[in-house]
Amino acid sequence: MFKYVVRRLMLFVPTLLGVTLIIFLMVRLVPGDIATILVYDAGSLPADEAKAQVAEVRQQLGLDRPIVVQYLAWLGHATVGNFGYSYWEKRPVADIIGERFPRSMELAILTLVLAILWAIPLGVISAVKQNTWADYLVRVVSISGLSLPLFLSGILMLYFLVAWFDWLPPLEYVGLFNDPWVNLSQLIWPAIAQALYISAPIMRLTRSQMLDVIREDYVRTARSKGLGEPKVMYSHALRNALLPVVTFIGWWGGRLLGGIVIMEIIFAVPGMGTGLIDAVNHRDYPTVQAIVLLLALIFLALNLIVDLLYAVMDPRIRYA
Amino acid sequence: MESEAIQRAAVAVASRPQRKRWRQLAGQFVHDQPLGAIGAVIVVILIVVAILAPWIATYGPKATDFDAYLWPNHTHWFGTDNLGRDIFSRVVWGARLSLYVGLTSVGVGVTIGAIWGVYSAYIGGMVDAITQRVVDVVMGFPPIVLALGLMAVLGQSVNNVVLALVVLLSPSAARTMRSSVLSLKEMTYVESARAVGSSNLRIVFRHLVPNCLGTYIVLFTVNVAYAIVVEAALSFLGLGSPPDEPSWGGMLTGATQSLERAPYMALFPGLAICLVVFGLNLLGDAIRDVTDAKMRGQGGND
Repeated sequence: MFKYVVRRLMLFVPTLLGVTLIIFLMVRLVPGDIATILVYDAGSLPADEAKAQVAEVRQQLGLDRPIVVQYLAWLGHATVGNFGYSYWEKRPVADIIGERFPRSMELAILTLVLAILWAIPLGVISAVKQNTWADYLVRVVSISGLSLPLFLSGILMLYFLVAWFDWLPPLEYVGLFNDPWVNLSQLIWPAIAQALYISAPIMRLTRSQMLDVIREDYVRTARSKGLGEPKVMYSHALRNALLPVVTFIGWWGGRLLGGIVIMEIIFAVPGMGTGLIDAVNHRDYPTVQAIVLLLALIFLALNLIVDLLYAVMDPRIRYA
Repeated sequence: MESEAIQRAAVAVASRPQRKRWRQLAGQFVHDQPLGAIGAVIVVILIVVAILAPWIATYGPKATDFDAYLWPNHTHWFGTDNLGRDIFSRVVWGARLSLYVGLTSVGVGVTIGAIWGVYSAYIGGMVDAITQRVVDVVMGFPPIVLALGLMAVLGQSVNNVVLALVVLLSPSAARTMRSSVLSLKEMTYVESARAVGSSNLRIVFRHLVPNCLGTYIVLFTVNVAYAIVVEAALSFLGLGSPPDEPSWGGMLTGATQSLERAPYMALFPGLAICLVVFGLNLLGDAIRDVTDAKMRGQGGND
């Protein structure tokens, strides 16, 4: 167990460094120099004045130093939460992140909770009542949920809201702590739209795991010793069936991060996703770097937790 | 199992004329994989529409000289969009764009990944360890986020979407290929080939590559659907193909802004994406069953 954890952690470090290196170098791929873009995007200046300003911005950004030094400085600052200065929003990137990050996390958690709340019970029902109309209904719904790309289910949801309830994406976002009710009414629709999509594989996995488990000897033993059917299902079968489901949710939850970007755009939620698209459109590279880095970190951390959780919960892995 | 059946069928009819053999194979496929056959029909329709786009489309993909927001009628079968472009023509041209992006990105990405995977697994040692860490790093990003980051620095164009997809696809293809070669490497026929003194090149090309072909084909079909969805998603977010290109995803961007006024603007490109993804997935599943490659689904079109 200890050995496995150490090995997994040791693989984590180079991956983490590699991710930060790519994010750092990505911005260097921009044709031309960031300083030049910043200056010329800002407005038309006389040629010599512009040149002087480019030099000044280069120095401000530390672009005149060797690239290794630049990388280490950027990494060092990032570890203490200093992601630089946004030239577009004219404030530190950390402020932008601090404002937008909680909103995205709220949306992500709401989505995941909703998905789990209906996916697992439906998966269990579909397995227990295998080959009945309930089972077919659950399977058809989950398959169609999967074959609809995420941005389409979002648009579809938006269309029905617009057509039936005259609901439009709010112009102004209301925070959770200002007015929880209004906040929830803004976030619930993107959460449902994405939960429909991510719940499909959770439902399918729960079903197939339950089908495997209810044929096991210990379930038959539990039945033959006279336990009631609900007790057999929930305390013997479901507990064992859920192990792979839990780890899958962790892995799948990481992929939800990409979907959050799409949902935020469709439903006008001012979170990390809309922040990323805005920053890209305004060539606000420090913000782009910070958001991509943060999303990648969460993704990596989730993968790590899933692997470790697996080792904790399944003794067979520990000695592999 | 099906693959054995097909092989037997293939051997049985090998002496007959070529056309008959193909007909029999196709018949077998339709019989064994009815859903796969439906998928194949959808994919063939996509290919035909993409090739014949200039003749099928009633107007040019970028022509803007009509009234905006026309509901579907007899001259504009799918209506016109916010800039007065004919939606039917754009959906038809969009088939060509989707197919182009799907085939080139997957063709290049999966092929690079396959070569990389075979090489890494066969050489082993340091080369393998280092290149696998590179795979870890690329797979350490949420896929859409990495693609967005790349598009941010590359700039909007159809070929840059292809490039971003190649970066996205090749590492995971390399990993799948590597694991398949790692198990093949231990096979007794590889050992015996080595024992009789075959060169490394001969072992790779005579024994390993032909046996990996099934995995390659499955990777290919599964990823074409994925690539088409990612292109649509990127264009939808305004960072994929430029807005005047007839991308199905890009067409949806304009549509979301006028859902109330012109729901048909979202309907037709949306249906096109659904249909194509559905068809490619059905075909991919069927090919997976036929080639019997034991692979986990690359689930998710996020």
